[in-house]
Amino acid sequence: MLKTFPKGGIHPAENKITSSKEIKRMPIPKVVYVPIAQHIGIPSEIIVDRKDKVEIGQVVAKSSGFVSSNIHSPVAGTVTKLDMIVDTSGYKKQCIVIRTDQKNESNFEEPNFPLKKEISMDQKDILKHITDSGIVGLGGATFPSHVKLDLKNDNHVDCLIINGVECEPYLTADHRLMLEKADEIIVGIQILMHALHIQEAVIGIENNKKDAIKALKKAAQSDKRIKVAALQVKYPQGSEKQLIKAIIKREVPKGGLPMDVGIIVHNVGTIFAIYQAVQYDRPLIERVVTVTGKKIENASNFWVKIGTPIKDLVNEVGGIPEGTRKIVNGGPMMGKAIKNTDVPVTKGTSGILVISEDEASRGEPKNCIRCGECVDVCPMGLEPHLLMNLTEKGIYETAANEDIMTCIECGSCSYVCPSHRPLLDYIRFGKSIVKKLNTAKN
Amino acid sequence: MTNSILYSVLLLASLGIFAAIILYVVSKKFYVYEDPLIADVDDVLPAANCGGCGSPGCKAFAQKLVNSDDISELFCPVGGNDVMKLVSEILGKEVAEKDPTVAVLLCQGGCDVRPKTTIYQGPRTCSISAMVYGGETDCQYGCLGDGDCVAVCDFDAMYMDESTGLPVIISDKCTSCGACVKACPRDIIEMRPKNKRDLKIFVGCLNEDKGGIAKKACDVACIGCSKCEDICPKDAVIMTGNLAYIDPVLCTLCRKCVEVCPTHSIIETNFPPKKVKKPKVEKPKVEKVAVVKESVESVIPKTDA
Repeated sequence: MLKTFPKGGIHPAENKITSSKEIKRMPIPKVVYVPIAQHIGIPSEIIVDRKDKVEIGQVVAKSSGFVSSNIHSPVAGTVTKLDMIVDTSGYKKQCIVIRTDQKNESNFEEPNFPLKKEISMDQKDILKHITDSGIVGLGGATFPSHVKLDLKNDNHVDCLIINGVECEPYLTADHRLMLEKADEIIVGIQILMHALHIQEAVIGIENNKKDAIKALKKAAQSDKRIKVAALQVKYPQGSEKQLIKAIIKREVPKGGLPMDVGIIVHNVGTIFAIYQAVQYDRPLIERVVTVTGKKIENASNFWVKIGTPIKDLVNEVGGIPEGTRKIVNGGPMMGKAIKNTDVPVTKGTSGILVISEDEASRGEPKNCIRCGECVDVCPMGLEPHLLMNLTEKGIYETAANEDIMTCIECGSCSYVCPSHRPLLDYIRFGKSIVKKLNTAKN
Repeated sequence: MTNSILYSVLLLASLGIFAAIILYVVSKKFYVYEDPLIADVDDVLPAANCGGCGSPGCKAFAQKLVNSDDISELFCPVGGNDVMKLVSEILGKEVAEKDPTVAVLLCQGGCDVRPKTTIYQGPRTCSISAMVYGGETDCQYGCLGDGDCVAVCDFDAMYMDESTGLPVIISDKCTSCGACVKACPRDIIEMRPKNKRDLKIFVGCLNEDKGGIAKKACDVACIGCSKCEDICPKDAVIMTGNLAYIDPVLCTLCRKCVEVCPTHSIIETNFPPKKVKKPKVEKPKVEKVAVVKESVESVIPKTDA
């Protein structure tokens, strides 16, 4: 019996169409739109001006606090304007618009980084490199990585968990990365273990990626401290708390962090970015994005420069097919439909999903029939139907007492609801109100 | 026979006396003194229980009025100055005098002038759709059209106009309780002073984008051209970035700004038709915001050239 988390969870159709497609390199876009709010926390501070020439990897917006991150120019070119562009949030946000210099050769060089195993830096240098390179959690939450690694003295961390679960249907970006860059990922893990003085690391991978499990096991042969755990296929296993529970059966306390139970979790994409930052001093300017959809002809995985407009990606796979209803940034479960295709790829974009009319329709919401399906599938043990009702009626204090803030917004409840009730929409709204009330109280 | 009648009468009578004694003791023991003034004040308050004053209901507000020494900051927006004067007479305390206000909608981007560019499928309430994204049109400042304000209005002073998709405020019914102002996630509804004939001039737009972008998203958006600021004789127009705002205190309702506005985003309400030499441009402007829009649209092509 394979390991998994005990409470709730669902198993939606996997649809991993692109799992056999090698990661290709996207052509360099003519213009990139680099938003300054690509991570959780304080937006970065712009340090370039109009008409400035920038090089690849030059810092264009610098971190403006502890929970913030540097942003680097993904291309060599000229800053044409600082403008407000609709980003993945659906609102206009400040962006740095950079026109690519077509004559600059550095833009078109194939990045070639041979495997480099020796770790020559000490702990301080590694942390500095990670901070300066603007690395954030690439699993989707975009939490600045250096914050997770900056341990206080009273936190004793004994285990590093690497998240290669990729439980979202359709997405295969992490899967392909694990297959193609297995050795680099193992070195990345060793770098982190070295920096944090951790003696144990576990890579969690769902059992539908057998080739990736094999590849990583082979790469990790020489290092006995790194283990690979095959997990049962179940959504939302990629969530930090569920993954910890599945792998080493520890429970993160309510409102706490994995650090509280001695664990740090990183995504495989983040690990690869850390490897590149530490070994080759390369900032986070590109990431793997899966561009997929049932009707997309050439669905595949791509190395994409941050700031590339999504329309470039869609054009690369053969344009928007007929009957398309939504284009989603991220996976089908937690992703968010984008407003238009000018929206740029950010550090948190793990996939672009093109959904057709019949897949996208949500169904008319009907009354709750008290079947309890949502309670069964909630991985956090909440009562989604109750939380929705409380939010709908504006009884926020009771909702707060019912632990609305522990919801991880996985959307399992909305997925199973036979009455098509918009459970997660309301819970998310309730959370935002409760958060406001809590900050007002303090 | 007679005995049974007698017994039952006696039994019931003794039960009654017993209960009366208990009630008497309890009422003496647990007597709570309530200032009779509270009931008096509560009587003159409008009994709408709307919460516009900040208290959870009229009774609570009456208690607050009676118990606080200084009530100059408390005000019942529904009752207005008349009710507050009565309260002042009862309590013998100084009350504030405020000009009556009325809610106005600072957006006139109906379906006809503000094209939809996105389809939203989630729950149809403004608060949730505002959290998810910038709205179905390209204007992220304007009305979302899901009617949260209409739902909270206790006085039937608002309704959704089917043809424009915007809420309409009926000035005569509006009590300026402020419930709609709080309900709107976009802060589109503003309380503006109400004069006798309900004449108002205000900028019906909140779009802070640059002129070109704003105009592209909505035909009647304020493009920040500052023409109104230049022409205003009383400096009542305040430009913040790309958006004009008319200060209701300084405005003398001369209507000069209404004429110069190239996008007709400045709204005038309840003014009689102006006596101008070219009657073909002017159409009678009547009470409601929605009606003003029609006349606005008909004028657009002429001024654009």
